[in-house]
Amino acid sequence: MSAQPATLPRKATRGSGIRGREAQAGWLFVAPVILLLGLFLVLPVVMAAWVSLSDWTGRGSPFSSEVSFVGAKNYSELLLGGGLATQDFGTALRNNAWYVVLVVPTQTALSLFLAVMVNRKWLRGSGFYRTAFYFPSVTSSVAITVLFLFLFSATGVVNKVLQAMSVSGPNWFADPRGVVHVVLGWIGVDKGPAALTEHGVLGVSLWQWLAGPSIAMSVLVIMAVFTTSGTFMLLFLAALQHISDEVEEAAMVDGTTAWQRFRFVTLPMLRPTVFTVMTLGLIGTWQVFDQIYTGTQGSPGKTTVTPAYLSYTASFQSQQWGRGAAIAFILFAIIIVMTVIQRRVIRGRDQDAL
Amino acid sequence: MSAPAARRNRGSRSGATWIAYAVLLVLAAIYIYPFLVQLATSFKPDPEALANPLSLVPQVWTTAAYERLFLRSDFPVWFRNSVVVTLCVTAGRVFFCSLAGYALARLHFRGRGVVFAALVAVMSVPGVVLLIPRFLVVKQLGIYDTFAGMIIPLLADAAGVFIMKNYFESIPRSVEEAARIDGAGVFRTYWSVVLPMARPAIITIVILSFQGSWNELAHFIVSAESAELVTLTKGVAQLAAGQLGQGMQYPLKLAAAVIMTVPVAILFFVFQRRIMNSTTGAVKE
Repeated sequence: MSAQPATLPRKATRGSGIRGREAQAGWLFVAPVILLLGLFLVLPVVMAAWVSLSDWTGRGSPFSSEVSFVGAKNYSELLLGGGLATQDFGTALRNNAWYVVLVVPTQTALSLFLAVMVNRKWLRGSGFYRTAFYFPSVTSSVAITVLFLFLFSATGVVNKVLQAMSVSGPNWFADPRGVVHVVLGWIGVDKGPAALTEHGVLGVSLWQWLAGPSIAMSVLVIMAVFTTSGTFMLLFLAALQHISDEVEEAAMVDGTTAWQRFRFVTLPMLRPTVFTVMTLGLIGTWQVFDQIYTGTQGSPGKTTVTPAYLSYTASFQSQQWGRGAAIAFILFAIIIVMTVIQRRVIRGRDQDAL
Repeated sequence: MSAPAARRNRGSRSGATWIAYAVLLVLAAIYIYPFLVQLATSFKPDPEALANPLSLVPQVWTTAAYERLFLRSDFPVWFRNSVVVTLCVTAGRVFFCSLAGYALARLHFRGRGVVFAALVAVMSVPGVVLLIPRFLVVKQLGIYDTFAGMIIPLLADAAGVFIMKNYFESIPRSVEEAARIDGAGVFRTYWSVVLPMARPAIITIVILSFQGSWNELAHFIVSAESAELVTLTKGVAQLAAGQLGQGMQYPLKLAAAVIMTVPVAILFFVFQRRIMNSTTGAVKE
């Protein structure tokens, strides 16, 4: 924070003269931003909080007298009801959780790897590689999804490449099978043990929770890694350039291997950036919407429905506005809780290291 | 002790170098190839796109996909809408973010600390959570299904205010004090003295908001419904989703994706230096 007090000595002209004019101008200058953010960010959250506690069906104003307060009904239907609403929400959480678990570590590791690779001083044409890796990040998620629908279609590019290696690829976007289930199927496990199939959370059996991302969702995982690794590579590059050559050289003189230098010198110094990248990744991956809207609309077998997309369909298609708003708030809570937990874990590890 | 280690390093260097180059080339190919396929396929006829998706040179060149997009579809309308929205949002964000950034960096007024803290809090609200809420407000204000409803909610950007504030703080105070002593008002000082000096930060805001609003999808889905107000992202998303049943039409869809990518690609290559260094530039000095 650099809200330092005035460098000029304050005279007794407070509220008038130059300082007075400055205060007026100050408020005038920030007014448009405050007004816009208040109107389209704070007010919407307040309104949606009310809607999530009401039975509004999308007709008329949500504040009209016909709309009644239903308390936490929308929330309890989602979390405790056990009906279709709970089951859909549970499925959406399952899908997105697998997506987060796979995307966040992969994009962090890959972007760090790319940054270390292109940061070598002897590397020629590093600009070319940076451009190549960053380019997918600037294109729109819609255009990338359209491209991936083509690449991973039944007779698309990926399956042709697999065919050349005499592997028959799946019909990616139409395959609802969970990846973990597929792998278990190879070793002859087709049905889960009763302990897993009979018990469930949020209307989804434990066996289904452990199904893994569907093949279709896996493509979206690959796409997310493809489009975000470039951005995060830039963050790591910026951090790498701050590590002075002297530190590296000192380590080199001590006769360490390249891997040891990376593991014990570079990586600890990159810890703050790793934290930033993982936090940004976590926040981003819980908000998958564009790709689902453009690509799969939740199919096959609801395995690509995410909470963000479910919130949209509940409101705009099923006219269950209270439910849609409630999903949005639960999602908000999940993102905050996850970020806090992650911060705790990383801080805790830091203390262990010391 | 250190001498043999250094020799060992040098000895393995050439081998390691080759491996590094090989790995990088393979990775670069994986990152670039999809875009080349996209471009090539958009010039192929439909059957060839299905039968021969890998090739980068069409056996039969055709511009049928582009002709259909531009001459026999709503595509030009989508394109125009995206241009209008993007230009307005970018211009608006540069103006409002720099105004507020300047006030927070330089002007002394009571409540400045509170405004700053509120901006930090606001930045942490994830965008998707606002999807339904924004629709509610846009509808209440009576600007649903208008350009105003599509543009105005995107005009303010807390992150942009921060970038501008940080940059203004790095400009020496003496410059504007000289202008003030010459009798220039606060707005004059901001507009004709400080703003021109903040060009690098303004370019950053231009890049971020151009890319952000050109690629925005969710807000346009919830803020408009009529066909005349469809933007490129929304139109192409519906093209991809809706017509999947009736023939794949990959060249058509990929051509639409190509055209959509061109403006951001141009922006990217023009400002490449700045984009690549923007994360560095902000911290270095």
